[in-house]
Amino acid sequence: MDVLLQQVINGLVLGSMYALVALGYTMVYGIINLINFAHGEVLMIGALCSWSLINILQPAFPDLPGWVILLMAMVLASLAAASLNFVIEKIAYRPLRNAPKLAPLITAIGMSIFLQTIAMIVWKPNYKPFPTLLPSTPIAIGEAVITPTQLMILGLTVVALAVLSWLVNATRLGRAMRATAENPRMASLMGVKPDVVISATFIIGAVLATLAGVMWASNYGTVHHAMGFLPGLKAFTAAVFGGIGNLGGAVVGGLLLGLIESIGSGYLGELTGGVMGSHYSDIFAFLVLILVLTLRPSGLMGERVADRA
Amino acid sequence: MLNTHALFGNRWLLASALLLLPFVLQPFGNAWIRIADMSLLYVLLALGLNIVVGYAGLLDLGYVAFFAVGAYLFGLLASPHLTDAFPWIATLFSDGLHLSLWMVLPLAAGVAALFGIVLGAPTLKLRGDYLAIVTLGFGEIIRVFLNNLDQPVNITNGPKGIGSIDAVSVFGHPLSKRLDLGFMEIPSVTLYYYLFLLLVVVSVLVCHRLENSRIGRAWMAIREDEIAAKAMGLNTRNLKLMAFGMGATFGGISGAMFAAFQGFVSPESFSLMESVMIVAMVVLGGLGHLPGVILGAVLLAALPEALRYVAGPLQEMTGGRLDAAILRQLLISLAMVGVMLWRPSGLWPKPEHGKRLQSVEGHDA
Amino acid sequence: MLSQHVLQVAGVSKRFGGLQALNDVHLNIERGQVYGLIGPNGAGKTTFFNVITGLYPADSGSFVLADQPYQPKDVHLVAKAGIARTFQNIRLFADMTALENVMVARHVRTHSGLLGAIFRTKSFKQEEKEIAERAHELLAYVGIDTLADIKARTLSYGDQRRLEIARALATDPQLLALDEPAAGMNATEKVQLRALIDKIRHDHRTVLLIEHDVKLVMGLCDRVTVLDEGQVIAEGTPAHVQRDARVMQAYLGTAQV
Repeated sequence: MDVLLQQVINGLVLGSMYALVALGYTMVYGIINLINFAHGEVLMIGALCSWSLINILQPAFPDLPGWVILLMAMVLASLAAASLNFVIEKIAYRPLRNAPKLAPLITAIGMSIFLQTIAMIVWKPNYKPFPTLLPSTPIAIGEAVITPTQLMILGLTVVALAVLSWLVNATRLGRAMRATAENPRMASLMGVKPDVVISATFIIGAVLATLAGVMWASNYGTVHHAMGFLPGLKAFTAAVFGGIGNLGGAVVGGLLLGLIESIGSGYLGELTGGVMGSHYSDIFAFLVLILVLTLRPSGLMGERVADRA
Repeated sequence: MLNTHALFGNRWLLASALLLLPFVLQPFGNAWIRIADMSLLYVLLALGLNIVVGYAGLLDLGYVAFFAVGAYLFGLLASPHLTDAFPWIATLFSDGLHLSLWMVLPLAAGVAALFGIVLGAPTLKLRGDYLAIVTLGFGEIIRVFLNNLDQPVNITNGPKGIGSIDAVSVFGHPLSKRLDLGFMEIPSVTLYYYLFLLLVVVSVLVCHRLENSRIGRAWMAIREDEIAAKAMGLNTRNLKLMAFGMGATFGGISGAMFAAFQGFVSPESFSLMESVMIVAMVVLGGLGHLPGVILGAVLLAALPEALRYVAGPLQEMTGGRLDAAILRQLLISLAMVGVMLWRPSGLWPKPEHGKRLQSVEGHDA
Repeated sequence: MLSQHVLQVAGVSKRFGGLQALNDVHLNIERGQVYGLIGPNGAGKTTFFNVITGLYPADSGSFVLADQPYQPKDVHLVAKAGIARTFQNIRLFADMTALENVMVARHVRTHSGLLGAIFRTKSFKQEEKEIAERAHELLAYVGIDTLADIKARTLSYGDQRRLEIARALATDPQLLALDEPAAGMNATEKVQLRALIDKIRHDHRTVLLIEHDVKLVMGLCDRVTVLDEGQVIAEGTPAHVQRDARVMQAYLGTAQV
């Protein structure tokens, strides 16, 4: 039972990160029907940027507490990632908005590899340790433990979701986004500029992905150019799981997927009598994806895709 | 645009060029012939994927799985691995496990086709982008299994891979040994070149015939508009499975040849990047257009190798950050983005007015 | 012996959530007729069309096609059974030539497979020859044989519509079902379309037509069923239906009948 509690905590932490990234996927898909294959790489670029920033900020401000440095790095890295994503959308995706379905997919895949390769060149391919800026003494919860970093992840996710919720529901931009997601033509007739909304979506997605990237780096202690690929894929699965285009679904899907992965890999060895170890945990996400798409393609909470008829 | 008619009309020129290529390359070193050999294997892969993506319009991002299936199949049936790992197999096959070429090809094709159908089946009702991700997932699942099926029973030997794989033998002569004709010697790489060239020629013929047939047209109809295709009576489910199966056979055969050629297979050779590269070959070359697909395959397969010669100085200039592998990835990814923006139908697409290449059967209208 | 009755439909109902789209609809089409299905917007014509062509399952109803019970469940079995349709929004195989579009539609009446294609067997070659010949015939029949090698997406609108009809005819249907074939056409094109449908009728084909252009329907059809709000409100010859009070009421304010 105590093991289970630990798995649940780990699962929620993992799931929070998936949720943040899944939101980016789901928002973009809901508006322009594109799987942004390169979104996982935004996570990676955000994490690597923050790594570089911390390596500059720490020696520059030796007296600042760790969490302040972390926060500064997050903000600056988010700015960088947001600008990058804005440019990518404008140059590579916007011209293909009305192209046949294959073209934007190929471009997105190409962009994903391009970003990974650039990261390899700029930051070199080795695994780099991510500085520990938060205290590392774990806090006991019953028989399980939670680290300050994990608490930070959970807390920050709640804050980010609250801010996003406010943005989407209470601001003009949010209304414009929801309108465009439902019916782009109608929305543009009402005076909403689709380009603005789409750029905003990419920017917000980049910020969320960067947060997730920094969390990931803090939690697992390393950064490298390929760190975005698997989390990206899994986060996309989470988005589909919850219902593509559905923001609440992305969060639910992310958390659930994190739990499934965490609990599952913990018990997989027992379940299969030792045949399959935790190395197989990576394919959980794919199995979930295949099951969801076969049995309930609209996801847990229903998909919300633009009416493009 | 290139006058395809002139190029292919001059068949003898093309045939001679292809037959003499190894001898032209030889003075520059066997490495170049090896590049040609690998390019031919990639052409096979691109031709196979072209059936799935180019003809039937199904974006398969996990095609490398069939390459892996063929390679490991041959690796397992033509190396000491199984007899070493399982004593009972060693007693059954006291001479060890060795397969002849005539057995390998149909077996690899058949097993790959089976995998094609099994992996294709869950994707039948999915729309384009979801299909892509699910097939990507399957490719990764296969790779994970290859990496981990060394426990509890050692089937694939995990990350270490399978080595000491037999070479292919043609009429009793193993292609790993040079052929001594008395007046000249033909090196192993050249022997493989001709075998692979033969396979490619047969494959091109098969693809061309499929393209201009009832099934080929049915596949293209599905690609163009699946709903209309169904309304015209096409059993899209069976046709898609056929496309997956048929496409996979090319992957399987190429994989088996790869295993024999290299003498060694490991999960590293079957990554997502490979699947993406094969997709890039087909899409950038010219989706559904055989000459374009072949061009795409040759360019993307040979280019990185050619780059090694340029990469050296670049690597020094950038302090080791730009090596040949990175350069290749950079160029492929840029090509993918660039071609979609500026030449979305590929470098060598089908000619506009639907006039097909000189039809072998002459049943052009 | 071809049966006298081509399509007999009775008691068809279909509900979408809160909306009863079709309510006990019935229809009887005899061989060689051009049968019209009309009604104001939202009457359920397209829904009915989609039900008989297998796109939606009906909640209830019986279908008899050429005296055989007909279950429009799987879309791809519809053409095999004998109903071939066109689409309101024209769904051609855009990147294929006009000839190829029609050749593909022969798929359901032919059978060579992978082996035939790869090994170019005698039966394969014979079948291919027949397919090509028939396709050319049909293109000529609708008047676009000169456009055989042109990609479908570059054809003019009127030619695309004709191609779609040729394609549907290639399946050798018992019933040719046309979904608003005159949509988007100017007056000249409509005259040509009418001539084509007349020709099709003259060659003993049976046609079901949904149309908005009431004048076209009245001049062309042998019999007409009028739907309103999912129910049959009148059926009979155009002359008869034209004078029906309920029909006039349903159309009041939309089109002068």
